[in-house]
Amino acid sequence: MIRTARKKVTRTAARPKARVLVLVGTRKGAWLYHGDPARRTWRVDGPHFLGHIVNHVMLDPRDGRTLLAAAKTGHLGPTVFRSTDMGRHWKEAARPPAFPKVVEGAPSKPRGRVVDHTFWLTPGHPSEADVWYAGTAPQGLFRSEDGGVTWAPLASVNEDPRYREWMGSEQDGTPDGPKLHSILIDPRDPSHLYFAMSSGGVHESRDGGQTWATLIKGMQVVEGFDPAVLTFHDPHCVRLCPSNPDRLYQQNHCGIYRLDRPGDEWERVGRKMPKRVGDVGFPMVVHPRDADRLWVFPMDGTSVWPRTSPDGLPAVYTSRNGGKTWQRLADGLPQQQAWWTVKRQAMTADAQDPVGIYFGTTSGELWTSRDEGHRWGRIAQHLPEIYAVEAATLVE
Amino acid sequence: MQVLIPTPLRSYTNEQRLVEADGATLAEMLMDLERRYPGIRFRMINEQDRMRPHIRFFVNRDQVFDLAHALRPGDEIFIVQALSGG
Repeated sequence: MIRTARKKVTRTAARPKARVLVLVGTRKGAWLYHGDPARRTWRVDGPHFLGHIVNHVMLDPRDGRTLLAAAKTGHLGPTVFRSTDMGRHWKEAARPPAFPKVVEGAPSKPRGRVVDHTFWLTPGHPSEADVWYAGTAPQGLFRSEDGGVTWAPLASVNEDPRYREWMGSEQDGTPDGPKLHSILIDPRDPSHLYFAMSSGGVHESRDGGQTWATLIKGMQVVEGFDPAVLTFHDPHCVRLCPSNPDRLYQQNHCGIYRLDRPGDEWERVGRKMPKRVGDVGFPMVVHPRDADRLWVFPMDGTSVWPRTSPDGLPAVYTSRNGGKTWQRLADGLPQQQAWWTVKRQAMTADAQDPVGIYFGTTSGELWTSRDEGHRWGRIAQHLPEIYAVEAATLVE
Repeated sequence: MQVLIPTPLRSYTNEQRLVEADGATLAEMLMDLERRYPGIRFRMINEQDRMRPHIRFFVNRDQVFDLAHALRPGDEIFIVQALSGG
């Protein structure tokens, strides 16, 4: 017995300790939450950039220490901040995402566009150190090859007349501007990319972003509109399954979808959600090791679209079989009068076993489950409106 | 000439409230500010060379909306943030 116990201790001591870092972007700054190895207690580090609108904070999983934050303020233009020491010091990008300058009055060219804010940050493929992608509002796709110091626009999207038409006007899309988001990279192939636009549909490139093809078959649009028109498509969040990169899930303005490649037709798996809850929402979360497992946070999409928890009863829904059936997960969440909204970037999973799930609310609460959604507890409250929540693994 | 920097931009000027900058026009003065304090211009002027919505420029206490506005040595320039909302 004693010998067995010693072996166990030795094995445990030799295993690197993994800790979860939760990165929170809000309307008034960013916060970092460092978890203990059991994810029971959290040490807060923040605010960073107090007063800045922080739409996204990401840790580079390739080096485990570089952070990028997409920020602006109410009066100052948008920028990207970079830290290589886990947020102790930040340096601004030398050339943040910006559209090309257009000579005003040139008859053949449309009026030059202006980046209002960088909305989405995606680290590049593991084989492409220092490559990052950014999505902006209004819709623009940008790439950095130097770790986020300088950013270049991808003309194949930003200047293509078809894409400009599909993007609609700045009055279309989400209230604070139409967005390019859900930039996904196939872990098997750095040149195989996806992105989505609200509005503007889902798009795929197999040549590193030089050319793109639309991927909207099977996706529905608001009743009365023509689904053949890209502008009417409003994917809220698209995720690629790390354990099966041929499977994508999507939370759309018009339902929850699954796509299995090489197929090109999305299936509305949200039809299996309870009718009184519906399948409207913003975020989509996938399991790091099980492509049949996903989590969503349904919103009220009836009448004038309150986009709050249906009936004031917040709940996460999960499927264990690719969307064929769904289960409600609300143990520990408020049982009455909780009118939350969870935005598309404000819900995520870690890579631990069991998987931890995290979400932030527009009312400034940060929630977590250490057991894949069965039981929920609160990490923080009284934060500003939460825009983004990401979970990273730090190995000591 | 002297330029008054508003608090949101003082992280670029080592927290200096008043800084020196040169230029025959407001646009040139802003380029000179950028040379001295990299990154500061893009927070005020967008990529189409237009003033951002909540940034205001005053020359000798008169508000100026044209980046081509001529400046003279000794002009006093105020950069003001016009923030609204909660």
